Parts: sequence; structure tokens; C-alpha cells
Amino acid sequence: MKLNELTIKEAHNGLVEKDMSAAELVKDCITAIKEENHKLNAFITVFEESAMDEAKRVDKKIGRDEEIGQLEGIPLAIKDNMLIQGTRATAGSKILEDYISAYDATVIEKLKKEGVIFLGKTNMDEFAMGSSTESSYFGPTKNPVNHKMIPGGSSGGSAAAVAANMCLGALGSDTGGSIRQPASMCGVVGFKPSYGRVSRYGLMAMASSLDQIGPFAKTVGDAEIIYKAIAGRDIRDSTTMKESLNLDEEIDFKKLRIGLPKEYFTSALDNDIKSLILDKVNLLAGLGAEIKEVSLAHTDYGLAVYYVLMPAEVSSNLARFDGIRYGYSAYRDKDVKAQNLLDVYQKSRAIGFGAEVRRRIMIGAYALSAGYYDAYYKKASAVRAIIRREFDDVFNQVDCLITPTSPSVAWPIGEKVNDPLKMYLGDIYTVTANIAGIPGISVPCGEKDSLPVGLQVLGKQFGENMVLKIAQKLFV
Amino acid sequence: MKLTRDEVLKIAQLARIELKEEEIEKYREQLSDILNYVDKLQEVNTNNANPDVYATNLINSWREDEVGPCPEDSRKIIFENMPAKEGDELKTIGIFKK
Repeated sequence: MKLNELTIKEAHNGLVEKDMSAAELVKDCITAIKEENHKLNAFITVFEESAMDEAKRVDKKIGRDEEIGQLEGIPLAIKDNMLIQGTRATAGSKILEDYISAYDATVIEKLKKEGVIFLGKTNMDEFAMGSSTESSYFGPTKNPVNHKMIPGGSSGGSAAAVAANMCLGALGSDTGGSIRQPASMCGVVGFKPSYGRVSRYGLMAMASSLDQIGPFAKTVGDAEIIYKAIAGRDIRDSTTMKESLNLDEEIDFKKLRIGLPKEYFTSALDNDIKSLILDKVNLLAGLGAEIKEVSLAHTDYGLAVYYVLMPAEVSSNLARFDGIRYGYSAYRDKDVKAQNLLDVYQKSRAIGFGAEVRRRIMIGAYALSAGYYDAYYKKASAVRAIIRREFDDVFNQVDCLITPTSPSVAWPIGEKVNDPLKMYLGDIYTVTANIAGIPGISVPCGEKDSLPVGLQVLGKQFGENMVLKIAQKLFV
Repeated sequence: MKLTRDEVLKIAQLARIELKEEEIEKYREQLSDILNYVDKLQEVNTNNANPDVYATNLINSWREDEVGPCPEDSRKIIFENMPAKEGDELKTIGIFKK
């Protein structure tokens, strides 16, 4: 067996038992990247040298019979919107093509302390805006299961890297489904914790009230290991919480109440996907869990809330890209004539940003502009409050919700690029978790047309343990 | 509802994004589609909903306001990332005419 095919737990045991070295483990991952990346385009940057150096450091430690942590010597991949000091961070954009990170993101600092080995930075939709990883300036990522298909997005590079065994796990970010949806389409596990669990310091902000970092892994247990390492209060992100993770609490499946929101299981849902999900629900019913139909009446408005609030926050957050302090600048481009400061802003942003990013910035600028603020931003915020209240009510009736992750399996590359609204509609099952700030996980639950289908478990705010334990039960 | 050409140009100006002639019509279509879609929010009765919601219930979250130096390695990279500089200063087009 190639070592890059191991899970984190297996690799950790292998290192502890000295069945293999960290250098051999990293080498197999690098070999897989060399063989696969020119076909899949999952990585934008690969850190071969530093990864091998780190592996040798871990091997010395093991050689001295020192104890190692669960993630020590484990090679992971990082989405390219998180900062690793001294290395390039592009966010999949031309505007940051040559940008070097000046500091470590909190999640990176934490993983470094754990002894994680960083293999490289993964491809993504530009600034995490997209559901297919086609909007990257560095070209689309391909789905390892079928190279003609999209891998999902925006964290498509991380999902593909895990699915193709180029790494043992990865980090992604999820603003409206960007971890769960690509995990679903590539057939791996993707976990978005509650808003406030993981520090966003050093994650390039897309929509700050929705963004959350989380893991991709081959198993639910591995996702939990990575999550445990990155979660916790951070004074550099004032939205992070002190609440205990409570990951050791056991779940009594006989007392479990599972909700199936009827608005997610409408006649519009693909029958094959529906029956794959219900098969898994029956498995939990067989363990004694109670299955209930519940209603989230405003589900249909979730997407509209998302496509107002997200672009509004995007337009504010991306105002920092002005061609002055860092990134692509029309001022320095000999082929562009920038006469004055306004020209520098307008041309740097027109040339530096791709079509989807420009589209969302403009929608946001419009939604926040004088005379429209009440009709769009304020209205969407009020509907957000209603959706959150609905989730609170439902979680008084049931302990978790089970839904499909996405209404479809992966689609052919290019199919939806010219119809942004059609692309947005695919986020219908994932955006509400971000709007409500609750945890969600996608686990593989079968195939349709030889493409992976994902099942989503949603839990109440800070109920990560419940979500992980249920997903664990469903993941075989 | 469909945005007018002037509205698209106004939005682009607010967003500080220069549009090419052929992009104006394309964005007019796409932005109108998206705005028409999100207009369904107007159907929702929000009389009893508080729009001031936050994802967590944190009230105030403070840290000590301590003055400290920027680490030298970070400082060095920040300068290297600048598109144009003179010595230790960022350089750009002047706002005033000489």
C-alpha cells in the first residue's frame, strides 16, 4: 500500500510503531502530487523542500523515542486563502498572484505547534466565490472521480487533493457550503464547525459574518482530529468562543431524534439522491432513533438572504484591493495608462479581479448604496433572523437534521459558467447553516451515475460533537 | 425590473471597477437576473424580526490594548509586497497637482 492512501489515524500509528518514517509518508504524497497534479490542478503551490525538511525533523524526534501528537508528521494541504508566513497566498486571483504572506493565520500557527507538515496550497474559486473551482485565475480543478467534471467549490482543490490521496487531509473555508459541497462531489468528508469555533485570523475575508474554516478528511474521525487542533478562542478574532468542545460525550442513538426538513425533500429533489439519503436515515432508525418530519418554512428564502448579505460583505471586504499597498497594481503595469488615483483603483480592480468577483462586488455595492440599503441589506438581515429562529425552534423538537448536501452530483466543467444564477441555486441546502451559524458535515453516502453523493448532518449551534458522532455512525 | 445602462455604470463606479463597453450589457443582464431573484425577500413579513442579528451572542469581546512592535520578518514582507516604494515609504500617484 502506498503511504499517501493512509488515514491520519493509520499514519499516526505507523509512525509511532516505526513501521514507516515521516519522510517516506511525505515522499509518497509528493509523488502522488507529481503524478496527478498536472491532470487535476488541485495545488497552486507545492512546498516539496520544506515538507521534506519538516519530515526529517519529525523522524529525528521519533528516533529519540519522544512522544508525538496525533498530527505530528502528518502531511496536510491548505486552501490558498489562508496565510502561511513567507509563502505565496493567491486566493485563486490574479490580483494576489505574487502576494507573500506576512504572518501565519491562527489555524496555521496551531497546526505548526501540532507538528503538521504543509504540502502546499490548494486551488479555489477566486476569493472563494463559486461552487465549482472554475473561477480560479489558475484554471479549473478537475474532479478526481471523473476528470470531465467539476470538483465542486469553492474549496475544490482541497477536496480533490484529499480524494486523490495527494495528502492525508486538508483545510478549507465555508461561507455558503464551500467545504461541504466539494466534499460531497469528490466523495470525501467535509466539516464546517459553528461560526465562532475556529479563528478566522489570517483567512482572507469573504463574508465575515458567514466565513468559517474547517477540515477535509478521508474519515469522520480524521476530520475530528483536525477540527480539535484548530478550534478555540483566539483574541485576534473577537467572534471566537470559549465554549468547551465536548468531543468525548457519547450519544445514545436510542434517544436520538432526527429531523427531515420537508422543504429539503420536495418533489424537485432527484429521486436517486433522495433514496440514498433515506437509506442512511433508516440505518439510524434501526438503531432506535426517532425519525420526524420537520418544517423550516423559510428555507426557500435562505438563498436570497445569502445572495444579498454575502455580496454586501464581499464589497466591503474586497475594498482593500486598491492597487496601492499590495497585489496587482495598474500603477506599475507598463501596458496600462493610469492617469490619476481613481484610475489606479478602477483599472487595478478591473484587471486584477475575475468576472465572478466583479459581479459580486457590484451586487454588494448596489445593495448597500443610498436608497437601496433598507430594501436589500436590512430586509435580508431581518429574514436571516427569522431563519435562525426557525432553526432554534426545530432544534427544540429534534437533535439533528439530515439532508442532501447538494441537489445534484458533479456537473461537466463549463456547463454553468455563463449562468451565475443557475450556479447559485445549487447552494440551496448548504447556505442556511452559514446563515444560522450552525455546524454541518458532509459524508459520502453512495453514487449516482458513478459520481459521489453527499449526505449532510446539521446540528444546533456548538453541537459539533453530536454532528460528528452521527456522521461517524453513517460513515462506513 | 431591469437595470438601465446608467445604473450599471453608477454601480461600477461605486465599486471602483472600470467596465469595458462590451461588459456593460452583459452585467446589465446578469445583475438584473440576480436582483430579480433576491427580490423575493420582499414577500416575507419581517415586522416582528430584528435585523440586528449576529452569528454569536457575544456582547463585547475585548482584549488589552497593548502597544507592540511589528515583528521584523512580517515588516520586511509587508514592504516587499508593496507595488512601489521609496525607502521605507509607500509610493503612489499624488492626489494634488504640483
